Amino acid sequence: MESIIAYGIALLAAPLFPGFILKVKAFFAGKKGPPLLIKYYTVLKLFRKGSVYSTSTSFVFRMGPTVSFVTAAMALLFVPIAGASPVLSFHGDVIVLFYLFGLGRFFTVIAALDTASPFEGMGAAREVYFATLAEATTFSILVIFFRLNGALSFGEFFAGTNPITVWGGAGALLLLVIVSLFMVLLTENSRVPVDDPATHLELTMIHEVMILDHSGPDLALIELGAFFKLLFYAAFITCIVQPLQFTSPWLHALLFFGIMGLIYVAVGITESITARLKMNLVPKFILTSFALVFFAAILTTRVVS
Amino acid sequence: MDNLLKIENGKPIARTDIPNLPLEGFSQTLVDLAENDGFVVQMFAYEDGKDTKLLAVMRQKRDLFVTGCSVNKEFDSLTSANEKFHMFEREIAEQYGIRPLNHPWLKMVRYHANCTGAQDVFGNNYKEEIPGNYPYFQVEGEDIHEVAVGPVHAGIIEPGHFRFQCIGEVVLHLEIQLGYQHRGVEKMLPKVPKKRLPIICETIAGDTTIGHNLCCCQAIEGLAGLEVDEEARVVRTIALELERMANHVGDLGALSGDVAFNPPANYFGRLRGDVLNLSQVLCGSRMGRGLVRPGGVAYVLKDEQRQLLRDKIAEIKPEIEHVCDLLFTANTVLARFEDTGKVPLERAEKLGLVGYAGRASGVGYDARDSFPTECYATLPVNRNTMTNGDVCSRATVRREEIMHSFSLIETLLDRKGDTEAVFMKDYKLSPSSFVVTLNEGWRGEVSHCILTDATGGILRYKVKDPSFHNWTGLAMALRNEEISEFPLCNKSFNLSYCGFDL
Repeated sequence: MESIIAYGIALLAAPLFPGFILKVKAFFAGKKGPPLLIKYYTVLKLFRKGSVYSTSTSFVFRMGPTVSFVTAAMALLFVPIAGASPVLSFHGDVIVLFYLFGLGRFFTVIAALDTASPFEGMGAAREVYFATLAEATTFSILVIFFRLNGALSFGEFFAGTNPITVWGGAGALLLLVIVSLFMVLLTENSRVPVDDPATHLELTMIHEVMILDHSGPDLALIELGAFFKLLFYAAFITCIVQPLQFTSPWLHALLFFGIMGLIYVAVGITESITARLKMNLVPKFILTSFALVFFAAILTTRVVS
Repeated sequence: MDNLLKIENGKPIARTDIPNLPLEGFSQTLVDLAENDGFVVQMFAYEDGKDTKLLAVMRQKRDLFVTGCSVNKEFDSLTSANEKFHMFEREIAEQYGIRPLNHPWLKMVRYHANCTGAQDVFGNNYKEEIPGNYPYFQVEGEDIHEVAVGPVHAGIIEPGHFRFQCIGEVVLHLEIQLGYQHRGVEKMLPKVPKKRLPIICETIAGDTTIGHNLCCCQAIEGLAGLEVDEEARVVRTIALELERMANHVGDLGALSGDVAFNPPANYFGRLRGDVLNLSQVLCGSRMGRGLVRPGGVAYVLKDEQRQLLRDKIAEIKPEIEHVCDLLFTANTVLARFEDTGKVPLERAEKLGLVGYAGRASGVGYDARDSFPTECYATLPVNRNTMTNGDVCSRATVRREEIMHSFSLIETLLDRKGDTEAVFMKDYKLSPSSFVVTLNEGWRGEVSHCILTDATGGILRYKVKDPSFHNWTGLAMALRNEEISEFPLCNKSFNLSYCGFDL
């Protein structure tokens, strides 16, 4: 029961946190910024609208948003949100989890290709390329976690007698993991310095350009899927850095979501103090995160033996 | 040098004094001049009675020359000998149906029927609504893909079509097709009552209101023999510099926004508003409309306004300095600016780039220095030192020019004089004359030409916006550049669509 409540709260809160990013960016720009609940308004607005479909698209195009929404929502099922045990958990669920995101991306990409727009093809090529590189980091992290903890399930990583936490014995090594995970978060969620979510310039876009042709409820689903995905990565980091285990679930949840909020604030700060990278430097950025994890993986051989 | 007549900026000459060379001599003279540091200021066709004539105004260092010839249906293209004539010849072909033979890329410029009713050089049917009935340069190969952008864009910018030939992310060739905002300015100007001329010229390009209007008013002053007193010149110079500052500040902000570096983008946005408000102090219009009129200015600068300007400048100058520091010291920003969209000096000179785009490549031309009008002869010139021809250089030139403009305005505010407000009248222009005016608008050299007929009516009015030179520069800057850098390069040039389309 507790798990389902936590899951529900996470889904409901997902559109709130991106508001933090906007507020932080507005603060750095000397502006008031949009209201904190802006993303809720946006999603509601989009759901009330109709959809426009190009006559040159097929059913594939309409499937994209639904699949990306559902897969992102499903991925959160495996996450121990606010200390509650995950709604679903089985041996090897981490593989399923990351390939759910992969599935969502696959459908977004073929929906983009279905429009036959040169922009969307370009964006799709970039998205797939960068995601492939980011996957190397993600799976290296899983390898490290397996070595530290012996589990192959997302929930068990952070539970049991030997949980993965930055406050434990392997803390120093996990700091490297957290940094690279943050870099993956920026990459996977199309944030600065990899992508610019605020730009209107099609030629520079990565993720945004793939969804240019979606409108109304479809766009709302894509947006929600994106919020869930960002929440997943933030929760992932939070799970590692959560310092205290409170007995009261409420206190625990408060701390959990507090830390998560700070991660969003960190994203906002990053976006305010750096410019975007040149497109041909993005692979280097992602591979830097891989290098960090790889280094951490080498360290684990010592820690375990 | 009988083939070329030396003229002065804004000083009219009798049309009969313009050399009328045989076609071959005309071509040879122009090509020779172009190869010896000469650049095209204006080159256009006009109808003189039954004849159609070509006229070219060239500049060489600090000298202006004019020459002309009669032409029939066709002439040998000069472009194959020198690239500087490329766009001008295309424009002549489009406006008067005269074919430049062996032109390497003869395409229409703005998609409209010619004014003489001659057979169309491009074989277009202009009753068709959609322009696009022309070939684009194409690259063939399995890995090549073509990206078409515009004419309708995602942002609030003007319409223009950009055709990229890419291999992967790299642009092999960019072709820019404009003309979507063609309003027929040149065709209209000779027909309207003369007191409307400045009002129309103010709207040729909204961001170059003062630049274009100044050219128009100076031309009328030349032809009508009007004197402008010193104080009015001070006000005009201040207005032109304010226009330059407002646009440079706004563009630095936009450049910052394009690399997703938010804080300066927002600060500059606000500061641009502050600078525009200074123009409002000057004449009640943030864009400087209604200020410059033949014979002087329509609004007198009183002590109270001088003080307002001084106070506001004292306030925003350090702010702009700060934000510039913020932008130009962020290494992530410099990493984006440096080595992006390079136009080497050699190429810039071949194309005849003007304004900050040219200066960023090391072309030392500034019309304020070479052909000074208004107060510029008595003011210092800015010499930029960063001349790599990349986005960073173009941004740095603007930063320097903003600061330079501040010091110019501060100097000018201390020059006190008296003037009377002038209002627009119908002036009598001297008959059968020719005048050309040049000013350094914020984008570069703006130039207007007026030819009058035997009764003092306007025979031909030719307008040239600096964008006419520089669009080709943008296309060249993109060669072998990543396609994702296009918006940044585009913004670093920030060329006018409507100024080009006329």
